[in-house]
Amino acid sequence: MKLSGLRNITGLPKLGMLTGMRVTFTTMLRTWAFNLSGGKVGLRATINYPVVKETPVPRARGVIALEQEACTVCMLCARSCPDWCIYIEGHKELKPPTRPGGRARARATLDRFDIDYALCMYCGICVEVCPFDALFWTPEYEYSEYDMGPMMHDMDRLQDWMETVPAGLGAQS
Amino acid sequence: MTLGPMTLGLVFWLDLGIKLVVVAAVVPLIGMVIGYGEMKLSAHMQSRVGPYFAGGRYGWAQLIADGVKFIQKEDIIPAEADRPVFKWAPALVFLGTMALLVIIPLHPSTNGIVRDLDVGIFYALAISSVSTIGVLMAGWSSANKYSMIGGLRAAGQLIAYELPLVLATVGVVIQAGTMSMQGIVQAQVAQGWPFLLTQFVGFAIFMIAALAELTRLPFDMPIAESELVMGYVTEYSGFRFLFFFLAEFTNMFSMSAIAATLFLGGYALWGLDPATLLSPLILFAKVGVLLFLMIWLRWTLPRLREDQLQTLAWKWLIPISILNILVTAVLKVVV
Repeated sequence: MKLSGLRNITGLPKLGMLTGMRVTFTTMLRTWAFNLSGGKVGLRATINYPVVKETPVPRARGVIALEQEACTVCMLCARSCPDWCIYIEGHKELKPPTRPGGRARARATLDRFDIDYALCMYCGICVEVCPFDALFWTPEYEYSEYDMGPMMHDMDRLQDWMETVPAGLGAQS
Repeated sequence: MTLGPMTLGLVFWLDLGIKLVVVAAVVPLIGMVIGYGEMKLSAHMQSRVGPYFAGGRYGWAQLIADGVKFIQKEDIIPAEADRPVFKWAPALVFLGTMALLVIIPLHPSTNGIVRDLDVGIFYALAISSVSTIGVLMAGWSSANKYSMIGGLRAAGQLIAYELPLVLATVGVVIQAGTMSMQGIVQAQVAQGWPFLLTQFVGFAIFMIAALAELTRLPFDMPIAESELVMGYVTEYSGFRFLFFFLAEFTNMFSMSAIAATLFLGGYALWGLDPATLLSPLILFAKVGVLLFLMIWLRWTLPRLREDQLQTLAWKWLIPISILNILVTAVLKVVV
């Protein structure tokens, strides 16, 4: 017989709350067993972060790395950034012509590429929009600071993050 | 040797001083132990670790750190607030809490209870209503709509649940034939079993009403975070906030202790002489079980709706407790 459609005449929560009581109690015992046994039995959802560190999945969105060689200073990332946290400056350099008598080649060179991680909201639009595969997500997450200033990562620091890009997720070349 | 009036005066003040120091030490200690227990238990019920680093091991110093933090904080009073009322509200809430500790019997000797009043349980239920005025004062004087609604909700809830709380204890009083807390424990020792066996309905009603009196989940509408920010404590900060916090935990202790005394035999246990030094520990063990029950309920159940709260009190708990009194009284006369 289906009872769920009937009106609850008491106007009060029903005995389903006993199920909840059982769930919290067994969860408590499981977590306790986990803590006491050092993780051999039981289950716990969280880890003791600074003591034990989690390995994030390769595609986790931790920090954005920059491959300086690939960047053409096209500004697409800076313009598409919703909170304008990317600062780019560059200039043209003239390279020798490929053939004698030819015209010198223009090459855009980065002077400044900063990402202000105090502003960044990790939407990843810059990574998506980059036409030359210069920006990459990496799962690295430990770069908190005591002040706001150092949250601005300059191009060299962003280049260093490239080492943390997981294998197979870097540039396809 | 007879003591002169000067010496008697000194003895009085010395006595008072010692009692004040004991209270100033015991009340925060109770609050900290229960607060730590609640933090750890709630963490485990949510599959978390809980306090871990403070104090080196098991985070035992977490509540001390929290207390120091609260004392350091700025004492902010809103410009629009009614200053004297705002300032005295936490003290009044705390007063009702501390006055409850007076009638909790720890030991059958005369020193095992601060004052063995003839109207013990009556005094307890009357004095606990003083906190309601403090809560209303806090809500009214904060000049904040959330505080105001929280304070009025608290008043409505505390008045509604005062009735089942009082009526639930009447059954015990009828059976024991006395309102003195020591007398109630002695009656249970004399008959050899706790009143829980006959007054289980009263016990259930008492615990539900006690939860509502403490404004703890599932009855925390006065401070409902998702609706009222923090209810009547919204505008409080620093040490005054700590007072509300301590009052809640101390109240939890005294309510559990009263329930343990009335229904679970207090400091007495089957087959044990109640006049040993073990008896306070037996009471604390029983209080611990009841506190665990309160914390367990809090971290399981969602908040009731305001109309469900009033329905529960007026349509169910009060009629059932009156029936309970009738049955108890009839059986007392007949048997």
